[in-house]
Amino acid sequence: MIGIEHYVVVSSILFVLGVLGIFLNRKNVIVILMAIELILLSVNINLVAFSAELNDLTGQVFAMFVLTVAAAEAAIGLAILVTYFRTRGSIAVDDVNRMKG
Amino acid sequence: MTVFAFYLFAVLMLGSAVLVITARNPVHSVLWLILAFFNAAGLMVLVGAEFLAMLLVVVYVGAVAVLFLFVVMMLNIDFAEMRAGFMKNAPLGVAIAIILLAELVLGIGAYKAGNLSLGTADGNAAPLVGESNIESIGELLYSDYLFLFETAGIILLVALIGAIVLTHREQRAPRGHQDISKQVSRRPQDATELKQPGIGQGVEL
Repeated sequence: MIGIEHYVVVSSILFVLGVLGIFLNRKNVIVILMAIELILLSVNINLVAFSAELNDLTGQVFAMFVLTVAAAEAAIGLAILVTYFRTRGSIAVDDVNRMKG
Repeated sequence: MTVFAFYLFAVLMLGSAVLVITARNPVHSVLWLILAFFNAAGLMVLVGAEFLAMLLVVVYVGAVAVLFLFVVMMLNIDFAEMRAGFMKNAPLGVAIAIILLAELVLGIGAYKAGNLSLGTADGNAAPLVGESNIESIGELLYSDYLFLFETAGIILLVALIGAIVLTHREQRAPRGHQDISKQVSRRPQDATELKQPGIGQGVEL
């Protein structure tokens, strides 16, 4: 049986990779969204691992809610992206501050 | 065997996560993301969370990743230009990542040293004996977490409507278009007028 530490280490590394992905792909908003998905996945792994470790299903229920919010976030984020691309012709996030009214 | 499977899934997941953030082509990024999700689902199966693992495959691989793929392929983007700042941002990003990882590992070290206790669950949400994972989650979800469950449904509804509102374009009728129903419903008595002018008189229009 694998201990909880292994899962925590794996999800920590995944979380850090997600944060690194946001820094590396500052221009490409699609990869930024994917990096956010990686971060949420690491949180989910953590929740599930602790849920199994503590023999308590609450963690899994909350991982489900995280999944819901992640799906909603991806849908809205990509919809904004499509609208932004339609008006500006690019998805460079450098000039996204034009979006403010 | 479990240990081997754990390391296999973990290494594959982290490797594909690295490729997600470094791949040159975002289409490849999405495909690596799918592999990462599959391996994460494997990790969840190993601790006995089969329902969540299947949910991960269905929701992420089946819906979110396909949505990403769809958007990446639909938008015609110059990806070479997107990579311009990649190396410029790398030192700062790697520095922050290392600091963050060190902090997280410190937390794990504190736990290993015995300075942190996980506490014990109160047992209200313990898996039911003799029932599968999905049945236990269902019992919990439809009783204690019913309102949260409904809230999740409302969140999804708002996301659905929001995505439609954001991407829907009002169809403006082009100039000089043909209205077939108007043509068909045109009657002769509305369009023409018969006059019987008297001899030597003009016609008043």
